[in-house]
Amino acid sequence: MVSLAIFGIENNSILAVTALLTGIALVALAMLIAKLIGPRSFNPQKGEAYECGIPTRGNSMTRFSVGYYLYAILFLMFDVEAIFLFPWAVRVRDLGSAGLISIAVFLGFLILGLAYAWRKGALSWK
Amino acid sequence: MLDFSNITGWIHDLLASFMAPWLVVLTECVLIGVGLLLAYSLLALFYIYFERKVCAAFQCRLGPNRVGPFGLLQSIADMFKILIKELISLKHTDKFLFALAPYLVIAASMLAFAVLPWGNGLQVIDFNIGIFFLIAVSSIGVLGILLAGWSSNNKFTLIGALRSGAQMVSYELSIGLSVITMVAFAGTMSVPGIVAAQSECWFIFSGHIPAIIAFIIYMIAGTAETNRGPFDLPEAESELTAGYHTEYSGIHFGFFYLAEYLNLFIVAGVASLLFFGGWMPLHIPGWEGFNDVMNYIPGPIWFIGKAVALSFVIIWFKWTFPRLRIDQLLALEWKYLLPINLFNLILMVLVIVYGLHGPVVPVQ
Repeated sequence: MVSLAIFGIENNSILAVTALLTGIALVALAMLIAKLIGPRSFNPQKGEAYECGIPTRGNSMTRFSVGYYLYAILFLMFDVEAIFLFPWAVRVRDLGSAGLISIAVFLGFLILGLAYAWRKGALSWK
Repeated sequence: MLDFSNITGWIHDLLASFMAPWLVVLTECVLIGVGLLLAYSLLALFYIYFERKVCAAFQCRLGPNRVGPFGLLQSIADMFKILIKELISLKHTDKFLFALAPYLVIAASMLAFAVLPWGNGLQVIDFNIGIFFLIAVSSIGVLGILLAGWSSNNKFTLIGALRSGAQMVSYELSIGLSVITMVAFAGTMSVPGIVAAQSECWFIFSGHIPAIIAFIIYMIAGTAETNRGPFDLPEAESELTAGYHTEYSGIHFGFFYLAEYLNLFIVAGVASLLFFGGWMPLHIPGWEGFNDVMNYIPGPIWFIGKAVALSFVIIWFKWTFPRLRIDQLLALEWKYLLPINLFNLILMVLVIVYGLHGPVVPVQ
Protein backbone atom coordinates (compact mmCIF):
# COMPACT_ATOMS: atom_id res chain seq x y z
CA MET A 1 0.00 0.00 0.00
CA VAL A 2 2.86 2.35 0.81
CA SER A 3 4.55 2.98 -2.50
CA LEU A 4 8.06 3.04 -3.87
CA ALA A 5 10.71 5.71 -3.79
CA ILE A 6 10.39 8.92 -5.78
CA PHE A 7 10.62 8.52 -9.61
CA GLY A 8 11.20 4.80 -8.96
CA ILE A 9 14.94 5.43 -8.49
CA GLU A 10 16.19 2.21 -6.88
CA ASN A 11 19.64 3.43 -5.91
CA ASN A 12 19.11 5.64 -2.86
CA SER A 13 22.78 6.61 -2.66
CA ILE A 14 22.22 8.81 -5.74
CA LEU A 15 19.38 10.55 -3.92
CA ALA A 16 21.48 11.01 -0.78
CA VAL A 17 24.23 12.60 -2.87
CA THR A 18 21.58 14.80 -4.55
CA ALA A 19 20.38 16.04 -1.17
CA LEU A 20 23.97 16.68 -0.04
CA LEU A 21 24.75 18.64 -3.22
CA THR A 22 21.50 20.59 -2.80
CA GLY A 23 22.60 21.67 0.66
CA ILE A 24 26.03 22.71 -0.62
CA ALA A 25 24.46 24.51 -3.61
CA LEU A 26 22.12 26.45 -1.31
CA VAL A 27 25.04 27.86 0.70
CA ALA A 28 27.23 28.46 -2.36
CA LEU A 29 24.47 30.25 -4.31
CA ALA A 30 23.43 32.46 -1.41
CA MET A 31 27.08 33.34 -0.73
CA LEU A 32 27.58 34.21 -4.41
CA ILE A 33 24.51 36.48 -4.47
CA ALA A 34 25.54 38.14 -1.22
CA LYS A 35 29.08 38.75 -2.52
CA LEU A 36 27.69 40.25 -5.77
CA ILE A 37 25.10 42.63 -4.32
CA GLY A 38 26.41 43.23 -0.82
CA PRO A 39 28.35 46.44 -0.02
CA ARG A 40 32.00 46.31 0.95
CA SER A 41 33.81 48.87 3.02
CA PHE A 42 37.14 48.69 4.78
CA ASN A 43 37.69 49.74 8.35
CA PRO A 44 40.43 48.27 10.55
CA GLN A 45 38.12 48.27 13.57
CA LYS A 46 35.61 46.03 11.80
CA GLY A 47 38.04 43.12 11.66
CA GLU A 48 38.44 43.02 15.44
CA ALA A 49 36.83 40.30 17.55
CA TYR A 50 33.32 41.28 18.73
CA GLU A 51 33.89 41.10 22.46
CA CYS A 52 33.68 43.99 24.90
CA GLY A 53 34.77 47.04 22.95
CA ILE A 54 38.31 47.14 24.33
CA PRO A 55 41.04 45.39 22.28
CA THR A 56 40.86 41.63 22.78
CA ARG A 57 43.51 40.01 25.02
CA GLY A 58 45.20 36.76 24.16
CA ASN A 59 44.18 33.97 21.84
CA SER A 60 40.78 32.35 22.19
CA MET A 61 41.81 29.03 20.61
CA THR A 62 43.01 27.79 23.93
CA ARG A 63 42.44 25.11 26.56
CA PHE A 64 39.00 24.79 28.12
CA SER A 65 37.26 23.08 31.03
CA VAL A 66 37.89 19.33 31.32
CA GLY A 67 34.21 18.77 32.21
CA TYR A 68 33.27 18.87 28.55
CA TYR A 69 35.69 16.01 27.75
CA LEU A 70 34.15 13.81 30.43
CA TYR A 71 30.72 14.16 28.88
CA ALA A 72 32.18 13.51 25.44
CA ILE A 73 33.70 10.21 26.66
CA LEU A 74 30.44 9.17 28.32
CA PHE A 75 28.59 10.07 25.13
CA LEU A 76 30.91 7.85 23.12
CA MET A 77 30.15 4.87 25.35
CA PHE A 78 26.38 5.26 25.12
CA ASP A 79 26.37 6.12 21.43
CA VAL A 80 28.21 2.92 20.53
CA GLU A 81 25.69 1.07 22.69
CA ALA A 82 22.88 2.66 20.64
CA ILE A 83 24.43 1.29 17.46
CA PHE A 84 24.36 -2.22 18.98
CA LEU A 85 20.75 -1.75 20.04
CA PHE A 86 19.38 -0.84 16.60
CA PRO A 87 19.74 -4.27 14.91
CA TRP A 88 18.34 -5.94 18.01
CA ALA A 89 15.38 -3.54 18.05
CA VAL A 90 14.39 -4.49 14.49
CA ARG A 91 14.21 -8.21 15.36
CA VAL A 92 12.81 -7.99 18.90
CA ARG A 93 9.31 -9.13 17.84
CA ASP A 94 10.68 -12.45 16.54
CA LEU A 95 13.13 -12.98 19.42
CA GLY A 96 10.41 -12.79 22.08
CA SER A 97 11.40 -13.36 25.70
CA ALA A 98 14.90 -14.58 24.74
CA GLY A 99 15.56 -11.15 23.27
CA LEU A 100 14.22 -9.53 26.42
CA ILE A 101 16.61 -11.49 28.69
CA SER A 102 19.67 -10.92 26.49
CA ILE A 103 19.07 -7.19 26.22
CA ALA A 104 18.28 -6.91 29.92
CA VAL A 105 21.77 -8.30 30.65
CA PHE A 106 23.34 -5.89 28.14
CA LEU A 107 21.47 -2.87 29.48
CA GLY A 108 22.19 -4.02 33.04
CA PHE A 109 25.92 -3.75 32.41
CA LEU A 110 25.46 -0.31 30.86
CA ILE A 111 23.40 0.93 33.77
CA LEU A 112 26.15 -0.40 36.09
CA GLY A 113 28.63 1.68 34.08
CA LEU A 114 26.44 4.75 34.37
CA ALA A 115 26.02 4.14 38.10
CA TYR A 116 29.82 3.88 38.47
CA ALA A 117 30.33 7.19 36.64
CA TRP A 118 27.60 8.76 38.77
CA ARG A 119 29.18 7.45 42.00
CA LYS A 120 32.60 8.73 40.93
CA GLY A 121 31.10 12.19 40.43
CA ALA A 122 31.58 12.35 36.67
CA LEU A 123 27.99 13.46 36.21
CA SER A 124 28.14 16.47 38.54
CA TRP A 125 29.36 19.65 36.85
CA LYS A 126 32.35 21.24 38.55
CA MET B 1 -5.29 7.47 -0.65
CA LEU B 2 -3.53 9.84 -3.04
CA ASP B 3 -0.45 8.08 -4.38
CA PHE B 4 2.27 10.47 -5.50
CA SER B 5 4.32 7.70 -7.08
CA ASN B 6 1.73 7.75 -9.91
CA ILE B 7 2.65 11.38 -10.63
CA THR B 8 6.41 10.88 -10.37
CA GLY B 9 6.11 7.66 -12.37
CA TRP B 10 4.23 9.55 -15.09
CA ILE B 11 6.98 12.21 -15.22
CA HIS B 12 9.56 9.42 -15.32
CA ASP B 13 7.83 7.74 -18.28
CA LEU B 14 7.51 11.09 -20.06
CA LEU B 15 11.23 11.81 -19.64
CA ALA B 16 12.26 8.27 -20.55
CA SER B 17 10.32 8.51 -23.84
CA PHE B 18 12.82 10.93 -25.39
CA MET B 19 15.99 10.82 -23.25
CA ALA B 20 18.91 8.49 -22.66
CA PRO B 21 18.64 6.59 -19.31
CA TRP B 22 21.53 8.44 -17.63
CA LEU B 23 20.07 11.78 -18.73
CA VAL B 24 16.69 10.80 -17.25
CA VAL B 25 18.26 10.09 -13.86
CA LEU B 26 20.24 13.34 -14.04
CA THR B 27 17.13 15.39 -14.88
CA GLU B 28 15.17 13.72 -12.09
CA CYS B 29 17.95 14.43 -9.61
CA VAL B 30 17.96 18.10 -10.66
CA LEU B 31 14.16 18.20 -10.27
CA ILE B 32 14.45 16.65 -6.80
CA GLY B 33 17.19 19.13 -5.88
CA VAL B 34 15.11 22.13 -6.97
CA GLY B 35 12.10 20.75 -5.11
CA LEU B 36 14.14 20.23 -1.94
CA LEU B 37 15.61 23.71 -2.20
CA LEU B 38 12.17 25.31 -2.61
CA ALA B 39 10.59 23.29 0.20
CA TYR B 40 13.54 24.01 2.49
CA SER B 41 13.60 27.77 1.99
CA LEU B 42 9.81 28.23 1.93
CA LEU B 43 9.46 26.25 5.17
CA ALA B 44 12.23 28.27 6.81
CA LEU B 45 10.52 31.53 5.80
CA PHE B 46 7.19 30.24 7.08
CA TYR B 47 8.75 29.13 10.36
CA ILE B 48 10.39 32.49 11.01
CA TYR B 49 6.99 34.17 10.52
CA PHE B 50 5.24 31.48 12.59
CA GLU B 51 7.64 31.78 15.51
CA ARG B 52 7.37 35.58 15.55
CA LYS B 53 3.58 35.48 15.47
CA VAL B 54 3.37 32.83 18.22
CA CYS B 55 5.89 34.71 20.34
CA ALA B 56 3.89 37.91 19.88
CA ALA B 57 0.68 36.15 20.89
CA PHE B 58 2.29 34.89 24.08
CA GLN B 59 3.44 38.40 24.95
CA CYS B 60 0.13 40.10 24.05
CA ARG B 61 1.65 41.84 21.02
CA LEU B 62 0.59 41.78 17.36
CA GLY B 63 3.84 40.64 15.80
CA PRO B 64 4.76 41.43 12.18
CA ASN B 65 1.68 42.94 10.48
CA ARG B 66 2.87 45.66 8.06
CA VAL B 67 4.53 43.90 5.11
CA GLY B 68 1.86 42.13 3.06
CA PRO B 69 -1.45 40.77 4.39
CA PHE B 70 -1.07 39.86 8.10
CA GLY B 71 2.66 40.50 7.72
CA LEU B 72 3.06 37.35 5.64
CA LEU B 73 5.77 38.88 3.45
CA GLN B 74 7.84 40.05 6.42
CA SER B 75 10.23 37.11 6.40
CA ILE B 76 10.75 37.42 2.62
CA ALA B 77 11.67 41.08 3.15
CA ASP B 78 14.02 40.00 5.96
CA MET B 79 15.64 37.47 3.64
CA PHE B 80 16.38 40.17 1.05
CA LYS B 81 17.67 42.48 3.76
CA ILE B 82 20.07 39.83 5.05
CA LEU B 83 21.29 39.11 1.49
CA ILE B 84 22.37 42.72 0.88
CA LYS B 85 24.26 43.02 4.18
CA GLU B 86 28.02 43.19 4.12
CA LEU B 87 30.05 40.04 4.79
CA ILE B 88 32.68 41.33 7.20
CA SER B 89 36.08 39.70 6.86
CA LEU B 90 37.71 39.27 10.24
CA LYS B 91 41.40 39.38 11.10
CA HIS B 92 41.96 36.59 13.60
CA THR B 93 39.67 33.85 12.34
CA ASP B 94 40.67 30.52 10.82
CA LYS B 95 39.42 31.45 7.33
CA PHE B 96 38.90 27.92 5.97
CA LEU B 97 37.02 26.48 8.95
CA PHE B 98 35.06 29.72 9.34
CA ALA B 99 33.75 29.36 5.77
CA LEU B 100 33.25 25.59 6.07
CA ALA B 101 30.99 25.65 9.17
CA PRO B 102 27.77 26.89 7.43
CA TYR B 103 28.17 24.23 4.73
CA LEU B 104 28.24 21.47 7.36
CA VAL B 105 25.26 22.84 9.26
CA ILE B 106 23.09 23.31 6.15
CA ALA B 107 24.15 20.04 4.47
CA ALA B 108 23.36 18.06 7.64
CA SER B 109 19.91 19.56 7.98
CA MET B 110 19.22 19.18 4.25
CA LEU B 111 20.12 15.46 4.35
CA ALA B 112 17.87 14.92 7.37
CA PHE B 113 15.13 16.96 5.69
CA ALA B 114 15.24 14.69 2.62
CA VAL B 115 14.43 11.58 4.70
CA LEU B 116 11.11 12.91 6.00
CA PRO B 117 7.96 11.23 4.57
CA TRP B 118 5.83 13.94 2.96
CA GLY B 119 3.20 11.68 1.52
CA ASN B 120 2.53 8.35 -0.12
CA GLY B 121 5.45 7.97 -2.54
CA LEU B 122 6.60 11.50 -1.83
CA GLN B 123 9.83 10.84 0.01
CA VAL B 124 13.27 11.53 -1.38
CA ILE B 125 15.73 9.25 0.44
CA ASP B 126 14.26 5.83 1.22
CA PHE B 127 17.00 3.66 2.72
CA ASN B 128 15.91 0.52 4.54
CA ILE B 129 17.75 1.96 7.57
CA GLY B 130 16.02 5.35 7.03
CA ILE B 131 15.56 6.51 10.62
CA PHE B 132 19.12 5.45 11.54
CA PHE B 133 20.44 7.44 8.57
CA LEU B 134 18.44 10.44 9.75
CA ILE B 135 19.97 10.34 13.23
CA ALA B 136 23.44 9.82 11.77
CA VAL B 137 23.31 12.79 9.38
CA SER B 138 21.61 15.17 11.79
CA SER B 139 24.47 14.67 14.25
CA ILE B 140 26.90 16.12 11.68
CA GLY B 141 25.32 19.50 12.45
CA VAL B 142 27.04 19.67 15.84
CA LEU B 143 30.40 19.55 14.05
CA GLY B 144 29.48 22.68 12.11
CA ILE B 145 28.52 24.47 15.32
CA LEU B 146 31.75 23.44 17.08
CA LEU B 147 33.81 24.55 14.06
CA ALA B 148 31.97 27.88 13.89
CA GLY B 149 32.67 28.61 17.55
CA TRP B 150 36.29 27.47 17.47
CA SER B 151 37.31 29.12 14.20
CA SER B 152 35.83 32.52 15.15
CA ASN B 153 38.61 32.97 17.72
CA ASN B 154 36.37 34.78 20.17
CA LYS B 155 35.76 33.94 23.83
CA PHE B 156 31.98 34.14 23.54
CA THR B 157 31.81 31.89 20.50
CA LEU B 158 34.14 29.33 22.09
CA ILE B 159 32.02 29.08 25.24
CA GLY B 160 28.83 29.00 23.19
CA ALA B 161 30.15 26.25 20.93
CA LEU B 162 31.36 24.10 23.83
CA ARG B 163 28.06 24.41 25.67
CA SER B 164 26.24 23.61 22.47
CA GLY B 165 28.46 20.61 21.76
CA ALA B 166 28.05 19.16 25.27
CA GLN B 167 24.30 19.74 25.12
CA MET B 168 23.75 18.32 21.65
CA VAL B 169 25.80 15.15 22.12
CA SER B 170 24.15 14.50 25.49
CA TYR B 171 20.61 14.91 24.26
CA GLU B 172 21.34 12.92 21.12
CA LEU B 173 21.44 9.84 23.38
CA SER B 174 17.90 10.46 24.55
CA ILE B 175 16.70 11.02 20.99
CA GLY B 176 18.47 7.82 19.89
CA LEU B 177 17.02 5.73 22.71
CA SER B 178 13.48 7.06 22.14
CA VAL B 179 13.87 6.21 18.46
CA ILE B 180 15.15 2.70 19.36
CA THR B 181 12.09 2.22 21.56
CA MET B 182 9.79 3.04 18.66
CA VAL B 183 11.87 1.03 16.16
CA ALA B 184 11.48 -1.99 18.45
CA PHE B 185 7.74 -1.39 18.44
CA ALA B 186 7.49 -0.94 14.66
CA GLY B 187 9.93 -3.78 13.87
CA THR B 188 11.57 -1.83 11.05
CA MET B 189 13.94 1.09 10.52
CA SER B 190 12.65 2.08 7.08
CA VAL B 191 10.63 5.29 7.14
CA PRO B 192 7.78 4.10 4.85
CA GLY B 193 7.73 0.89 6.91
CA ILE B 194 7.21 2.82 10.14
CA VAL B 195 4.43 4.84 8.49
CA ALA B 196 2.79 1.68 7.13
CA ALA B 197 2.93 0.02 10.56
CA GLN B 198 0.71 2.84 11.86
CA SER B 199 -1.96 2.54 9.17
CA GLU B 200 -4.50 1.17 11.64
CA CYS B 201 -3.61 3.18 14.72
CA TRP B 202 -0.92 5.75 15.51
CA PHE B 203 1.86 4.54 17.81
CA ILE B 204 1.08 7.09 20.49
CA PHE B 205 -2.34 5.40 20.91
CA SER B 206 -1.35 1.79 20.27
CA GLY B 207 1.99 1.82 22.11
CA HIS B 208 0.61 1.70 25.66
CA ILE B 209 2.55 3.61 28.37
CA PRO B 210 6.13 3.23 26.99
CA ALA B 211 5.19 5.08 23.77
CA ILE B 212 3.89 8.03 25.79
CA ILE B 213 7.04 8.12 27.96
CA ALA B 214 9.21 7.90 24.82
CA PHE B 215 7.22 10.76 23.26
CA ILE B 216 7.67 13.04 26.26
CA ILE B 217 11.40 12.30 26.44
CA TYR B 218 11.72 12.80 22.70
CA MET B 219 10.07 16.22 22.85
CA ILE B 220 12.33 17.37 25.73
CA ALA B 221 15.46 16.06 24.02
CA GLY B 222 14.37 17.46 20.65
CA THR B 223 13.97 20.92 22.16
CA ALA B 224 17.48 20.67 23.58
CA GLU B 225 18.84 19.32 20.29
CA THR B 226 17.64 22.43 18.42
CA ASN B 227 19.18 24.75 21.06
CA ARG B 228 15.81 26.23 21.80
CA GLY B 229 13.46 27.09 24.57
CA PRO B 230 14.67 26.54 28.11
CA PHE B 231 17.81 24.91 26.69
CA ASP B 232 19.07 27.94 24.72
CA LEU B 233 22.12 28.58 26.88
CA PRO B 234 24.56 28.11 23.96
CA GLU B 235 23.22 31.40 22.61
CA ALA B 236 22.15 33.00 25.87
CA GLU B 237 22.08 36.59 24.64
CA SER B 238 22.45 38.13 28.09
CA GLU B 239 25.76 36.32 28.75
CA LEU B 240 27.28 35.35 25.40
CA THR B 241 26.17 38.05 22.89
CA ALA B 242 24.87 35.50 20.36
CA GLY B 243 26.75 32.31 21.22
CA TYR B 244 28.62 30.39 18.56
CA HIS B 245 27.56 32.64 15.65
CA THR B 246 28.55 35.98 17.21
CA GLU B 247 31.23 36.66 14.58
CA TYR B 248 29.12 35.75 11.55
CA SER B 249 27.54 38.61 9.60
CA GLY B 250 24.98 38.95 6.84
CA ILE B 251 23.89 35.79 5.05
CA HIS B 252 26.66 33.84 6.81
CA PHE B 253 24.67 34.29 10.00
CA GLY B 254 21.49 33.63 8.05
CA PHE B 255 22.57 30.05 7.37
CA PHE B 256 22.72 29.22 11.08
CA TYR B 257 19.36 30.91 11.55
CA LEU B 258 17.90 28.93 8.63
CA ALA B 259 19.29 25.61 9.89
CA GLU B 260 17.97 26.30 13.39
CA TYR B 261 14.40 26.70 12.13
CA LEU B 262 14.68 23.73 9.78
CA ASN B 263 15.99 21.60 12.63
CA LEU B 264 12.89 22.59 14.57
CA PHE B 265 10.80 21.31 11.66
CA ILE B 266 12.88 18.13 11.37
CA VAL B 267 12.57 17.33 15.09
CA ALA B 268 8.81 17.92 14.94
CA GLY B 269 8.60 15.93 11.69
CA VAL B 270 10.41 12.93 13.19
CA ALA B 271 8.13 13.11 16.24
CA SER B 272 5.11 13.04 13.95
CA LEU B 273 6.66 10.15 12.00
CA LEU B 274 7.41 8.02 15.07
CA PHE B 275 4.38 8.76 17.22
CA PHE B 276 1.65 10.29 15.02
CA GLY B 277 1.92 8.21 11.86
CA GLY B 278 3.85 10.54 9.52
CA TRP B 279 1.53 11.28 6.60
CA MET B 280 -0.91 8.54 7.69
CA PRO B 281 -4.44 9.91 8.30
CA LEU B 282 -6.11 9.48 11.68
CA HIS B 283 -7.57 5.99 11.74
CA ILE B 284 -9.67 4.55 14.54
CA PRO B 285 -9.93 0.71 14.39
CA GLY B 286 -13.50 -0.27 13.63
CA TRP B 287 -14.75 3.12 12.46
CA GLU B 288 -14.75 2.37 8.73
CA GLY B 289 -16.75 5.41 7.60
CA PHE B 290 -14.65 7.81 9.64
CA ASN B 291 -11.43 6.25 8.29
CA ASP B 292 -12.66 6.61 4.68
CA VAL B 293 -13.45 10.29 5.21
CA MET B 294 -10.00 10.86 6.73
CA ASN B 295 -8.38 9.16 3.73
CA TYR B 296 -9.66 11.97 1.48
CA ILE B 297 -7.35 14.49 3.19
CA PRO B 298 -4.02 14.23 1.32
CA GLY B 299 -0.86 13.00 3.09
CA PRO B 300 1.24 16.19 2.86
CA ILE B 301 -1.48 18.16 4.68
CA TRP B 302 -1.49 15.58 7.48
CA PHE B 303 2.29 15.57 7.74
CA ILE B 304 2.78 19.34 7.69
CA GLY B 305 -0.19 19.81 10.02
CA LYS B 306 1.23 17.42 12.60
CA ALA B 307 4.74 18.85 12.30
CA VAL B 308 3.53 22.44 12.71
CA ALA B 309 1.34 21.49 15.67
CA LEU B 310 4.31 19.77 17.38
CA SER B 311 6.63 22.70 16.64
CA PHE B 312 4.02 24.97 18.21
CA VAL B 313 4.45 22.90 21.39
CA ILE B 314 8.24 23.34 21.21
CA ILE B 315 7.84 27.11 20.73
CA TRP B 316 5.41 27.09 23.67
CA PHE B 317 8.16 25.57 25.87
CA LYS B 318 10.39 28.50 25.03
CA TRP B 319 7.93 31.09 26.30
CA THR B 320 6.96 29.10 29.39
CA PHE B 321 10.13 27.85 31.09
CA PRO B 322 13.10 29.89 32.30
CA ARG B 323 16.57 29.06 30.95
CA LEU B 324 18.52 26.25 32.64
CA ARG B 325 22.10 26.41 33.91
CA ILE B 326 24.67 24.10 32.32
CA ASP B 327 24.87 21.83 35.40
CA GLN B 328 21.07 21.56 35.58
CA LEU B 329 20.93 20.85 31.87
CA LEU B 330 23.47 18.02 31.99
CA ALA B 331 21.98 16.60 35.21
CA LEU B 332 18.54 16.52 33.58
CA GLU B 333 19.91 14.42 30.73
CA TRP B 334 22.33 12.09 32.48
CA LYS B 335 20.59 11.60 35.83
CA TYR B 336 16.94 11.60 34.74
CA LEU B 337 16.22 11.18 31.03
CA LEU B 338 18.87 8.55 30.24
CA PRO B 339 18.06 6.06 33.07
CA ILE B 340 14.30 6.57 32.51
CA ASN B 341 14.84 5.93 28.82
CA LEU B 342 16.79 2.70 29.41
CA PHE B 343 14.06 1.35 31.70
CA ASN B 344 11.43 2.53 29.24
CA LEU B 345 13.09 0.43 26.53
CA ILE B 346 12.80 -2.68 28.69
CA LEU B 347 9.19 -1.75 29.47
CA MET B 348 8.49 -1.48 25.75
CA VAL B 349 9.95 -4.95 25.14
CA LEU B 350 7.72 -6.32 27.93
CA VAL B 351 4.71 -4.71 26.25
CA ILE B 352 5.72 -6.25 22.92
CA VAL B 353 6.47 -9.73 24.32
CA TYR B 354 3.22 -9.94 26.29
CA GLY B 355 1.18 -8.30 23.49
CA LEU B 356 -0.32 -5.52 25.63
CA HIS B 357 -0.32 -2.99 22.79
CA GLY B 358 -2.91 -1.93 20.22
CA PRO B 359 -2.95 -2.93 16.54
CA VAL B 360 0.38 -2.71 14.69
CA VAL B 361 0.47 -3.69 11.03
CA PRO B 362 3.34 -6.20 10.84
CA VAL B 363 6.13 -5.52 8.36
CA GLN B 364 6.67 -8.30 5.87
